[in-house]
Amino acid sequence: MGHRITTRTRASSIAGIIAVALIAVGLILPAFASRSLIQDLFFILTMLTLAQLWNLIAGFGGMVSVGQQAFVGIGAYAMFAGVILWGWDPVPAILLGGVAAFLLAIPMAFFAFRLAGAYFAIGTWVIAEVTRLVVAQWKTLGGGTGTSLPREATADIIGVETIARLFGLRDAAARDVLAYWLALALAVATLATIYALLRSRTGLALAAVRDNDNAARSVGVDAARVKWLVFLAAATMTGLVGALIYVQTARISPDAAFSVTNWTAYVIFIAVIGGIGRLEGPILGVLVFWGLQTAFADYGSWYLLALGLLAIATMLFAPRGLWGLIHDRTGIALFPVQRRLIGAKDG
Amino acid sequence: MIWLDVLVQGILLGGLYALFAAGLSLVFGIMRLVNLAHGDLIVFAAFLILVVVQTFGFNPFLSALIAAPAMFAFGWALQRFVLNRVLGKDILPPLLVTFGLSVALQNGMLEVFSADSQRLAAGPLESASIDLGPVTVGTMPLLTFASAVLVIFALNRIFYTTALGRAFRAVSDDPTTASLMGINPKSVFAIATGLAMVIVTIAALYLGMRSNFDPSIGPARLLYAFQAVIIGGLGSLWGTLAGGAIIGVAQTVGAQLNPEWQILAGHIAFLVVLLLRPRGLFPRAVD
Repeated sequence: MGHRITTRTRASSIAGIIAVALIAVGLILPAFASRSLIQDLFFILTMLTLAQLWNLIAGFGGMVSVGQQAFVGIGAYAMFAGVILWGWDPVPAILLGGVAAFLLAIPMAFFAFRLAGAYFAIGTWVIAEVTRLVVAQWKTLGGGTGTSLPREATADIIGVETIARLFGLRDAAARDVLAYWLALALAVATLATIYALLRSRTGLALAAVRDNDNAARSVGVDAARVKWLVFLAAATMTGLVGALIYVQTARISPDAAFSVTNWTAYVIFIAVIGGIGRLEGPILGVLVFWGLQTAFADYGSWYLLALGLLAIATMLFAPRGLWGLIHDRTGIALFPVQRRLIGAKDG
Repeated sequence: MIWLDVLVQGILLGGLYALFAAGLSLVFGIMRLVNLAHGDLIVFAAFLILVVVQTFGFNPFLSALIAAPAMFAFGWALQRFVLNRVLGKDILPPLLVTFGLSVALQNGMLEVFSADSQRLAAGPLESASIDLGPVTVGTMPLLTFASAVLVIFALNRIFYTTALGRAFRAVSDDPTTASLMGINPKSVFAIATGLAMVIVTIAALYLGMRSNFDPSIGPARLLYAFQAVIIGGLGSLWGTLAGGAIIGVAQTVGAQLNPEWQILAGHIAFLVVLLLRPRGLFPRAVD
């Protein structure tokens, strides 16, 4: 009698097919979508990626970081440095963002991992502040007031001309299409990587460390190594996203690039409202967030006040978020990571 | 001589940071809760004092005396109806609730009080100074430092000589066993947070009299408070005062070298201590 262990369910197989279809639609979308839809989708995809990455370290890894803006900011600034100081094309310069975020994550992890439990959160915040203050001293990149990408650099980004000819768009709109495609690629790659990671041995180790550090170590999990690995990987990806966002924005300042509200508070709300510790959570969360943003962003601080209260209410009454509620009622998991034992007869 | 002056000013500034930190340390020590809205609550208390000053025309000290019970009630209710529900083994829910509270408070204050800088007018006290031989110190910074010492002394007395303090220590060590002895941990937590909000009001009083404040400055106060706690060593209230002084001295020295480096120098001092003494200078608690 053989047995096998699987994480696959019927819902997940269907979800997989739908996901492939959605990616295909996403790829050809610029052929007929309006420019504003492409811009909205860019926003949704980048926020989704940031939320998935935060969810990975906090929801799956138990490391509640309030310093993700450090990686967005340093990634964006590294890209700017590549373009302005070394004359790189903005698109390959995005890779510099990943490298810079990785390099920053090493000291950040070194310091923050020394802080027990909940103080980890404020520790990451301190490092993000230090990074912001140091970057604000970087006079060639505009110091505290910031700077813009030079017109020559944005004018001839690789591929923009081809896209412009292909879809008959103007250069500015073609740049949005390019940024959108890159955002789509990053979002899919991030989701796929996280899903693969969670289904691997490392993912199991990560869940064990989150649930009980000591117990995990007693069965031979190298807790420190798993945490470092996940933290560095998430930071690197966050840096790439940050650089991409600022390729599209083309204007940077320390306060915007290192904004706690934009790159950490929103991201946390997306994950909390959608459901922490589930891959489906941020997907649902980002759609809700985008809906709220479109409908109420004009209300400024009232909107943020309501968003804060909504996050508190979610934690009080539905701590596993909207997707948690759906899962409890229906048992559906689109991206299951739970291992199940299947007997050979019916398997 | 200028460096002696810088040193003294820095230590006195540390008194303010110790006041920021005492409430945070109290709450963490008793229920292992890190309140990410701590800084915003300080700013909120400062606005509350300002409202009393403007409504009744009292001076800031008397106004703070009126604001303190209100803040106690607010802290008690916050703990009783919100935070107690999310406290548990998992550190994620309380962190996220207080983070949500931080964002909500900041933006609520922005709507009600606008982004304008405010100040609590303290009259001639603002510019008064005392000549101490080699250095001249402002009366206000000295008063702040003295209040910090007094608050920490009082907290230590409460902790080690009263029935309430015994309950605090009992639920901190083991809430389950404490509840077997007739203590209700949830009520004790609510009183502790209320008490922390009274300290927050005192901190807000000096914050408002010494410098301008607006709804956006809360998170930075949280970071200073947190750094003072970690430098001092978890669980040590007097250590918190030393931690505050170290941040204060680093900031005044940094500002003396280059005004743009003031805040950065404080953060770097914190990182250096974390590097050399990860458990702080005077560690007590084993967590």
